[in-house]
Amino acid sequence: MSTMTSSRTTSYKPGSAAGRWIRHHLVLILGLLVLVYTFVPIFVVVLMSFNDPASRLIYRFDGFTLHNWLNPCEAEGMCSALRTSVEIGFLATLGSTVLGTLIAFALVRHQFVGRSSMNLLIFLPMASPEIVLGSSLLALFVAAGFGGQLGFWTILIAHVMFCLSFVVVTVRARLAGLDDNLEQAAMDLYATEAQTFRRVTLPLVFPGILGAALLSFSLSFDDFIITNLNAGNTTTFPMYVWGVAQRGVPMQVNVVGTVMFLISIAIVVGAELNRRRQEKALV
Amino acid sequence: MSETVRKRGRTGYLLLIPGVLWLALFFVVPLYSLVATSLFDPSGSDTTGYSMTYHWVNYSHVISDYWQPLVRSLAYGALATLFCLVLGYVLAYAIAFKAGRWKNLMLVLVIAPFFTSFLVRTLSWKLLLADDGFIVNSLQFVHILGADGRLLATPVAVIAGLTYNFLPFMVLPLYASIDKIDPRLIEASSDLYANPFVGFFKVTWPLSLPGVVSGTLLTFIPAVGDYINAELLGSPNQRMIGSVIQSLFTNANNYPAAGALSVILMALIVVMVLFYVRRAGTEDLL
Repeated sequence: MSTMTSSRTTSYKPGSAAGRWIRHHLVLILGLLVLVYTFVPIFVVVLMSFNDPASRLIYRFDGFTLHNWLNPCEAEGMCSALRTSVEIGFLATLGSTVLGTLIAFALVRHQFVGRSSMNLLIFLPMASPEIVLGSSLLALFVAAGFGGQLGFWTILIAHVMFCLSFVVVTVRARLAGLDDNLEQAAMDLYATEAQTFRRVTLPLVFPGILGAALLSFSLSFDDFIITNLNAGNTTTFPMYVWGVAQRGVPMQVNVVGTVMFLISIAIVVGAELNRRRQEKALV
Repeated sequence: MSETVRKRGRTGYLLLIPGVLWLALFFVVPLYSLVATSLFDPSGSDTTGYSMTYHWVNYSHVISDYWQPLVRSLAYGALATLFCLVLGYVLAYAIAFKAGRWKNLMLVLVIAPFFTSFLVRTLSWKLLLADDGFIVNSLQFVHILGADGRLLATPVAVIAGLTYNFLPFMVLPLYASIDKIDPRLIEASSDLYANPFVGFFKVTWPLSLPGVVSGTLLTFIPAVGDYINAELLGSPNQRMIGSVIQSLFTNANNYPAAGALSVILMALIVVMVLFYVRRAGTEDLL
């Protein structure tokens, strides 16, 4: 009897209370340590955003100041690079979310010939190293005679391309998890196909689409390797950071890093609170 | 949910067309022009134009010139993937089985740091691993590093950076797989007198294999192609293949050589993906 009810504890040898506690929670403790490790550079980024550097060339914490936070655009060229990244991010998100959502609907809800080559076509861009995606696009642009016009639009084309697959995967997961009972009920109640889609399907899928859009934006905003090959003279924020990494990093870069971190935390906390509220509402 | 009827008719194709067209134009066609570029006569340039001469020797040239960074990238990528697997497995297992009601919070915390710019995070590792930094000083104090030992500009720093940056690509698929395991199976193994190690290797590990395989692919592929870590944390002795391709395109203007190297890299990846598809089918890819 005792072996059945306490099968989880019997395998542990007796020992001091502390030893037992550690053995019991070892995996959790190790997991939390890994989590702490993922946050280490973030602490540095936040700390350095308040740094008052003695010299631009030596990258270390010299003293506390709010200067960087109050004068973010003092770093030459950073704010215009930031603006370019935000503009490209929004447009790339818009394009890839629309195109990707359409594909996800087709994959889950419609029959068509060539399903497995379709899956492969969606998967391969995600599985290709960025350097290959970037260099093949560059090869195309040069071969098509656009080698001299690399810039905003070629970056945008590239970003829509590599965000697309991630949108498909995210929206598809949400769609595949939906029961179509609700939609059938709507149709039974004489809703037209368009009404059902607008009033039932879309609201249910919306969290997936929103998640996909956020993912797209952050992928686009953060991309360096593909962008760098197809940017011409345009500078995005990651390219700006790359440039200053060789010459001396202005601390304002860390302000941007901290803000990005805070925004992403705010978004995920908001999403989690919203989810809990909806769960409560259902109960 | 499997009862969801897939509709027949034209609508499906209409939904597919715009996205597929985009991928065809800006993913498939570029791969074709990459292969074409790799066979151009290298005596041309991007301003005067290249001529197509099916110059297959481009391939043997780049392999003999750049086999070192190529092999190095594969080795660094493999090591980083291995470390990601170990760290990621512990974390994913803890979230799936030990986190209780903190599960969602922990998952969020895994992803959150990675929304902060890749380059800015890598720069902070540069600071952390610096010669007079805390980590190097501690390692020198316990004599793991010699008095003039350093971490920056060594393979250790590059592999550590790769491991750090690609960890979430490992944790998420692992978590998805481990979370599906019925904990009663693990309890059953211990009821049948398997010790925790045997229980892990005979029950948990085999059931988590789908996550291990996709996590490995998703980590290894971007890690091999990455050059940000090698350039920021390493020295020219740690140069990786991505960096070679990048500078052949932009600095040396040697498009055919850069193209050939890219094709070689892509071919290696495609072989790996096909191997995976034969094992798991295409539905599990997405």
